[in-house]
Amino acid sequence: MWDHEIRAMASSHAIIAASMLMATVIPAVALPGFSVYGTHLLWLYLVSGAVTAVSVAVFWLLGITPPTKKHTLGYKLSRFFRSCVYFFLSCLFFHTVVVLYGAPLIVSALETFSLAVLLTSLTTLRCLCVLGPNVQAWIRVFSRHGAMSVWDTCLQITVACTLVGAWVGAFPIPLDWDRPWQVWPVSCSLGALFGYLSGLVAAPAWIHYHRKQLIYKCK
Amino acid sequence: MKIRSSVFASFILIFEVIGIALFLRGFFPVPVRSSLSSKNKLSDLPAEPLTGRSPNSSRLPQPLFKRVVIMLVDAMREDFVFGPNGRMYMPYTRHVVERGSSQSFVAKARPPTVTMPRIKALTTGSIPGFIDVVMNLNSPALLEDNLIWQAKTAGKRMVFYGDDTWVRLFPKHFMEYDGTTSFFVSDYTEVDNNVTRHLDSTLKRDDWDILILHYLGLDHIGHISGPHSSLIQPKLLEMDDILKKIHSALISKEAEGSLPYLLVLCGDHGMSETGSHGGSSEPEVNTPLVLISPAFKRKVGMEKPGVVEQVDLTSTLALGLGLPISQNNVGRVIPSVLEETSLRDQLRFLHLNGHQLSCLLKDSMPDYEKEIGFEQFRVAEKAHGSWMKLYLEGNTSEVLSNMGKKVLKQYLEALAAMSSALSKQLGKYDMYSMITGMVFVFQLLLVLLLAMPEALSGAAAVDLPVLSALLSLPFYLLCLLLASVHVLVCTSAESSCYFCSLSWGLVFAAVAFSSAMFCILVSIATRRIPVGPKFRGTAPLGSSGGGGDWSLSELDVLLLAGTVGHTLSLAASSFVEEEHQTWYFLLNTLCLIVFQDVCRKYFREQSASEDEEEHILPSKDYHPSTYPKAEICSEKWLALATPLFTLVCCRLLRSLNQTGVQWAHLPDIGHWLNSSEHKMVLSLLSAFCLVLIYLLVQRRCSWVSKVALALGLLGVYSYRAAVGNVLFPWQHSSRTMSK
Repeated sequence: MWDHEIRAMASSHAIIAASMLMATVIPAVALPGFSVYGTHLLWLYLVSGAVTAVSVAVFWLLGITPPTKKHTLGYKLSRFFRSCVYFFLSCLFFHTVVVLYGAPLIVSALETFSLAVLLTSLTTLRCLCVLGPNVQAWIRVFSRHGAMSVWDTCLQITVACTLVGAWVGAFPIPLDWDRPWQVWPVSCSLGALFGYLSGLVAAPAWIHYHRKQLIYKCK
Repeated sequence: MKIRSSVFASFILIFEVIGIALFLRGFFPVPVRSSLSSKNKLSDLPAEPLTGRSPNSSRLPQPLFKRVVIMLVDAMREDFVFGPNGRMYMPYTRHVVERGSSQSFVAKARPPTVTMPRIKALTTGSIPGFIDVVMNLNSPALLEDNLIWQAKTAGKRMVFYGDDTWVRLFPKHFMEYDGTTSFFVSDYTEVDNNVTRHLDSTLKRDDWDILILHYLGLDHIGHISGPHSSLIQPKLLEMDDILKKIHSALISKEAEGSLPYLLVLCGDHGMSETGSHGGSSEPEVNTPLVLISPAFKRKVGMEKPGVVEQVDLTSTLALGLGLPISQNNVGRVIPSVLEETSLRDQLRFLHLNGHQLSCLLKDSMPDYEKEIGFEQFRVAEKAHGSWMKLYLEGNTSEVLSNMGKKVLKQYLEALAAMSSALSKQLGKYDMYSMITGMVFVFQLLLVLLLAMPEALSGAAAVDLPVLSALLSLPFYLLCLLLASVHVLVCTSAESSCYFCSLSWGLVFAAVAFSSAMFCILVSIATRRIPVGPKFRGTAPLGSSGGGGDWSLSELDVLLLAGTVGHTLSLAASSFVEEEHQTWYFLLNTLCLIVFQDVCRKYFREQSASEDEEEHILPSKDYHPSTYPKAEICSEKWLALATPLFTLVCCRLLRSLNQTGVQWAHLPDIGHWLNSSEHKMVLSLLSAFCLVLIYLLVQRRCSWVSKVALALGLLGVYSYRAAVGNVLFPWQHSSRTMSK
């Protein structure tokens, strides 16, 4: 019954994935000396920027973002400002969590922060786009049966997949294989990205498979 | 039968330990050790066999060599000498091997290919197993009968330069020694220079009989950069030069009429493809053995070196020096070394070695008479006796020498059979005991897992269906089945088995226990797993774990996955070295998930209560929540803050002390606090922590306990101040405590 929505979801995910791939390929062609392992931080910021821009555009065009209560410019600006603040707070939150997990506090702070920026742009940004800067709505969606629409379920799945991917990406760090992808934070960021991509693929598939059983509580 | 959780847990623990002990008994083979604690003496040697007449003196034949120089190069692979690059790496050695008066072999070492067990093997002739590595971790003196002890007792003067493991294993045996430490594993020049610096003066002197040199540089290079690195070639050239120096000195000192010298070049183990060693791969196990002496014929070209066991060198050296072979020796003398001696002496040497091996066989195996080697040795000994009779009668015909050669061959076959029988006994696993032990362990583990929800519940009692299991038919059938399996295995086993050697009472008790465990297991499992809807209806609501609630929350998933994952990660050596990282990681994840659970619980209630606020009518249950609101509030904040506080503490603890192998060198807080300019900070911090301990603990104590606690903590601080780690408030950090 939500075929239209599932199709919209699948195509938007395809566009986001394509933008991520382009953010990898185009600089490799255009810039000399660019590589995923070598200039890793630059690549991280490029991918984050691409995902941010494309997500915001896609969700705005699809009309998923919750409508504002008032339509004054001031309100819109304050909403935008609050979104930016939440984005930054989420970056700090992820940075703290990664430091608590064992990342050095001072030595590789820039790398840790870049990883936090990536994680934020993959998870929090989507929350902001789909639900708006409304913390109550976020808590509601991430509680056990709080999804209200197909997009909420999709949000749950992609965020969970991204976080699990980043978590699994920490496994190769103690191994002494001396590979370039074991340098901090390459393995975790690659894990997060692969998690995100698999979430992008899995979410429409899962919803499509379970579309008969999904029941949403009406607001 | 209801058992309390504590009783159940101790019962499981005791039987698990028994099961594991049974497994370990089967896994570690019993060392082939002579039960006599004394060492072989010259007077213990058997007389030369002679049929008919009474034997005359049991004298040993003349030793073959007067002076021996053993150059042991740690981690020398056989292809460094005999391989295609051998001419480039070690030109002089290769020249001697191909054209000099030498004998060369590939000596196979046995695992563990680690230096200390190899030195023990080379000197005692026995094959230490893995259990020896465990039991002799700090290498005290070697108390077994060994070549060095025999040489010292016979009055040989020994000089040693090299790895100080030898000095620890043989204290006071060497006339002169200089042990170099192998601690600095990145240094490969100084360790060898410390050995070579004594060489010139020692080679000029005449007052020693045995010189042992142990070079460690090659091993260090292997660990640093592997066998194909560019550092190998200069090091091997250095070893080659040293060999040339020693050989020339020995040649110049050779005097006519006296016994010749022997120069031995060997390795204790090889090097794997990555440069490490310890395992049983071919490059690690194959070492070169080059024996250089004018007693051997000159070679006429490169032949493929024969393969011998590394422990064969021990008996060869013992016989060559005229010493009794050590008691636990498992190796046999290398026949080509004896080629130039007379037939009588050759037979005598082989007889001595065979006698020693047969004594060891008699001592270590209960059914030695069935061994082929033992029989062959008896036959060869008798043939030797009759040959001696003919020889002493003055017979010097062709027949005698042919007969002598036949006896020689018989001896060699007997020695080979006995040696392999003794070696085989070492590597055998007692599979039956191992399997029995494993079955016990797994059964108990499964019972523990299935009874866990009950045991950890509030009632803390486990309901084991013992009586119903013992009175059921499957129990008796299982007992019969296991008993028949036991009888079958024990009567058809060709080797001795520990479990079979136990008395019948114990075996039957084990069989009954195992069957009972199995029946109990099956009945608990069927009780736990919901077999159908009718069970749900009839299960009483109050019983704990009646139908079995199988829905797993995220916390349960994480705990299960984490435990299984941690166990699996122990298969990789890096994860074993950095196991603490696994623990930190899993602990962090656990705290975060607990935090998320707590958040969800409290914030959902809050949002639920707020949702109800939005309804038009305030519902009745909004009011009761206002009463204990303050309590709920503080409890809520405590519950929210605890996981975060735990996380921060764990992070602090991580940076307090860096351990492990990869990142142990990084600076940490412990380092910082222990340095002398931060003693004030350390003092303040430790005083603060002690005061905190007192404040937290003293709440539950009586008055006397409080005083005792305070005095105890004060004593801790005073001890540390007396030792010098912290400062008393009236001390300045510039003044040091006088001892």
